[in-house]
Amino acid sequence: MSLLEVENVTLKFGGVTAVNNVSFSVEEGEVFALVGPNGAGKSTLFNLVSRFYDPVAGDIRFAGESILNKAPHEIARLGIARTFQNIELFEQATVLQNLLVGRHRHRRGNLFSETLFTPFVRREERRHREAVEKVIDFLDLQPYREKYIAGLPYGVRKVVEMGRALAIEPRLLLLDEPASGLSVEETQDVAYWVEDIKTQMGVTVLMVEHDMHLVSAVSDRVMALADGKMLAIGTAQEVQNHPKVIEAYIGVADENERVVA
Amino acid sequence: MRTVFKTTYDADINLFRHGAQAFWYLSLLALMIVLPFILSDFAIGEMTNVLIWAIAGMGLMILVGQTGQASLGHAAFLAVGCYANVLLQEKLGLPFILSFPLAGVIAGLSGVALAIPTSKLHGIYLAIGTLAVSILVDDLIVIAEPLTGGINGLYAPTIDIFGIQFDRYGTPVRFYGLILFVTVLVVLAYRNILRSPLGRSFAAVRDSEISAQAMGVNVARTKAVAFGISTAITGLAGALMGHFSGIFNNETFTIIISIQMLLMIVIGGLGSIHGAFFGAVVIALLPQAIARVRDGVGALTGTSIAIPGMESAVFGAILILFILFEPMGIYGRWLKIRTYFELFPFYRRDMFRRQRSYLKTERMR
Repeated sequence: MSLLEVENVTLKFGGVTAVNNVSFSVEEGEVFALVGPNGAGKSTLFNLVSRFYDPVAGDIRFAGESILNKAPHEIARLGIARTFQNIELFEQATVLQNLLVGRHRHRRGNLFSETLFTPFVRREERRHREAVEKVIDFLDLQPYREKYIAGLPYGVRKVVEMGRALAIEPRLLLLDEPASGLSVEETQDVAYWVEDIKTQMGVTVLMVEHDMHLVSAVSDRVMALADGKMLAIGTAQEVQNHPKVIEAYIGVADENERVVA
Repeated sequence: MRTVFKTTYDADINLFRHGAQAFWYLSLLALMIVLPFILSDFAIGEMTNVLIWAIAGMGLMILVGQTGQASLGHAAFLAVGCYANVLLQEKLGLPFILSFPLAGVIAGLSGVALAIPTSKLHGIYLAIGTLAVSILVDDLIVIAEPLTGGINGLYAPTIDIFGIQFDRYGTPVRFYGLILFVTVLVVLAYRNILRSPLGRSFAAVRDSEISAQAMGVNVARTKAVAFGISTAITGLAGALMGHFSGIFNNETFTIIISIQMLLMIVIGGLGSIHGAFFGAVVIALLPQAIARVRDGVGALTGTSIAIPGMESAVFGAILILFILFEPMGIYGRWLKIRTYFELFPFYRRDMFRRQRSYLKTERMR
């Protein structure tokens, strides 16, 4: 059984079909990448899995169970974490607080015990902190622990967002363009991290990414989308050389207008 | 500048960051306990008033500063707390020690009841929705005359806890002590909420609802809880206000009070407990300050000047000046001054400048 199964999912915004009858499944323990030109429906698929959108047709199953009857906030509790393409951090909070919000899924106190700050809540706080510190160590965020997001550079924010998703301790991690806007070195860091997230933490990764170097370096399987339709699925190599994918990216070569090299 | 070497996670969990901080806050508390024995009855009354406003301010601060939900209706919850407290005592014969917390609970539940239909509203729309509640409660008090006494109002009885009387005029020091006790409890509860997952979920809802959801925070429920806690604290402040003023009617809790409360926390500094206190000092002492200045000017020129609406005008002017020159309020200014001295001579003018934030993900609704 696959960890995530997307089956014949269709989503329409008015007359525009953003996702058209797309099916794929992500196996436990793999890195699965979605590629495609702008407007292909990659982020829309993410938002469907996050339950921010309701599909008009099809089914999405996580660990064998349909998630279409779940509210968006229940998705994290199932063990699906995500990042956002344009960074959605809690700006007026520190890095530490941001990561601790990621632990919300593991909250066991309630309104009353927390208002009284019982010894139980204190123990819980220590436990959350320990988990968050592991993430901080993993992503080398130590220098920024006490810093407010509002003052951090873009590259660090990207990493914090990934950290916040990891603090959830997810089974499935959705990364929406983890390397967009990053320098070459930062992108390499992301590649190592994704590799480690898969091998060391045993977390399955589904990511949207435009950087084909990163995609081919880390992903086990790749799916190419264009205009909401699935074009090809396979290894990075296979997908890159697939005629339909080439067509979607650079258009079809016209026999009569061949460019003279 | 102080550098705190943290050796345990508890250093970030404890109430105070370091020993010196604990010392100063406890000194402040000691001063607050000792002061009434030195000051005149009038000054004690003013201090009591400041503390009651500070409690009300903390109530609103939880909602506006911490959760980012605007409310222009909090005078309504002052009224709910005030009337509930007195009616429970008068009609049901409950002692203050029961009626007071119950008044908080009733105000809190009515806040939750308001939050459920308004949880989808944002910003100005939420402000208008809550504004309507404030107007509504004003009218309801008049309509429910058999219970509330309508425009004639009600008298608050003298507080009696196990035979000990707390009266503003009879035993001002004791009354002040009671208010101070409640204030400290509310501050502790507020701090505890801030350092626990609940407080962080408030901040999450404030800064980005969409990613709060992605983190597993139930946004509608968190807003309802924030409303509940906020209005419960406000209700407690309302109950104390009733006992403080002795007599109250629908005019005591008009829309103007709602607006003043919001101004209070903005002037004090949004998002901090300190801000509620600084704002309370301004709002509670401003009428007195204006009166003093007026009398002084009057004595100097030999005329009596009484300009109607002077208070509101000065208040408005102060607010405009703050929004223009110190959007972070008095507490924000205090932080800057403190940093200036801590880092002397390395303070830079732009240290507290907010960075322009990057593109936000398109909101999904």
